[in-house]
Amino acid sequence: MKIMHCPLNGPRNIQEFVWMGDVKKVPDQANCSDAEWTDYLFIEDNTAGEVDEWWLHSPSNYLFVARRNRLTDEILWTKKPSDYFTDDAP
Amino acid sequence: MPFALLKYGLNPRRRDAPQLKWPSEIKKHYDVVIIGAGGHGLATAYYLATRHGITNIAVLDKAWMGGGNTARNTTIIRANYLTPEGVAFYKESVELFRGLSQELDINIMYSERGHFTLAHTDAAMRTARWRAEVNKHLGVDSEVVDAKDVARLCPIMNVSEDVRYPVLGALYHPPGALARHDAIAWGYAKGAMARGVEVHPGTEVVNILKEGDRVIGVDTSRGKIFADKVVQAVAGSSSRVSALAGFRLPIKTIPLQACVSEPVKPILDQIVVSGSLHVYISQSARGEMVMGGATDPYGLYSSRSTLDFKEGLMAHMLELFPFMAELRVLRQWAGIADMTPDFSPVMGLTPVRNYYIDSGWGTWGFKATPVCGFRMAECVATGRQPELLAPFALGRFGSFDLVGEKGAASVGH
Repeated sequence: MKIMHCPLNGPRNIQEFVWMGDVKKVPDQANCSDAEWTDYLFIEDNTAGEVDEWWLHSPSNYLFVARRNRLTDEILWTKKPSDYFTDDAP
Repeated sequence: MPFALLKYGLNPRRRDAPQLKWPSEIKKHYDVVIIGAGGHGLATAYYLATRHGITNIAVLDKAWMGGGNTARNTTIIRANYLTPEGVAFYKESVELFRGLSQELDINIMYSERGHFTLAHTDAAMRTARWRAEVNKHLGVDSEVVDAKDVARLCPIMNVSEDVRYPVLGALYHPPGALARHDAIAWGYAKGAMARGVEVHPGTEVVNILKEGDRVIGVDTSRGKIFADKVVQAVAGSSSRVSALAGFRLPIKTIPLQACVSEPVKPILDQIVVSGSLHVYISQSARGEMVMGGATDPYGLYSSRSTLDFKEGLMAHMLELFPFMAELRVLRQWAGIADMTPDFSPVMGLTPVRNYYIDSGWGTWGFKATPVCGFRMAECVATGRQPELLAPFALGRFGSFDLVGEKGAASVGH
């Protein structure tokens, strides 16, 4: 069983979590171009290395940020969104 | 008998089976360079040589031939998809597969088994009817059968109602088939090399050389190679290679795990798939039960094995086939899949001139090998997107014209 550390619930089985994809900047929906919106919706960096990702702890519906290595399947750290966006504002 | 074998082996006049010989030298320039010596890349080279008269081709691979996803699938071939675009595409692939042993003069062990997509809910029955109607309309042999017919055709399957997800019926696709994956890579390589195509394993592409918006060649671990046209056919690493060419793709890289049991006598004729239970199973020619499930729950560039996968797979498998409880798992592997938002491939022209892409091969790549080679060759030779590949162009995302392929193996219904 692979364990993920949830900032709210502590260490839990990874089956309880849902992968939500890269943390990326959301374009301004009202003013962005179609190309920017397409890029945001569909196009991926798909980085083969360390990536900051959104994860959801499904039973408690708690959303947080994890840094994970996509080559080694290693979870480097997890953070509350409030801490993440003050510590490492992307 | 061992003595006879030793005598044969030491006999200087023995005739070895013909082997493929890799050229030791690599040229400075080719008409076409293909990155990736898997089934798709080799098929593209073969059809370029046989159908378009282009033979000055190098097929490069960072590892060995046919060792990527060509060797990491479950060899299922079928055309019973949901979208008209998908059905037309895979139908051509099945037609090419049927004649492939003859065309390549190699036994690909093509074996038509019949293919069940089981339905356990009313929603899944509705999708089965939808797929059957689209298939029939396009000339693909598919029909909806009820649980009694499933039991009649496949007596080993448990269609009892006393299980968690009883079988209500199935989409039955008689042409569903299996084939020998290595034979397909080797067959295409043999045919291409006989016509002058060079295959260079152990040659990693480290950069794509461009002049303005036009590709002029590739930089490799064995030096620069110039080319008029370059094709990338590296599913699993598509984003990494396209990044070298300077553009990004709508692809997430996610592992797809599979395993085989120890071999037993023939007991299961058909290929059985359940989208709701995330299970598919068939019995190989040598008796192993070949099993797979859904893609992993998160993105990863690794073919590692997880207990979660095996637990989830076996729990459902044992309901359908209780006799499997006595079998042990023999081998396990994973393919590295290119998952797209609409479960369809990304093929054809790219933002870089003379640079062509064959990517977006999630859980549907092996069964598309011949048609990909055939149509990518046409695309490269003419420089235009073939009609059959038009729906799968990279540009569809910009025009919000996606091909929602709910008939893909990884999609629950």
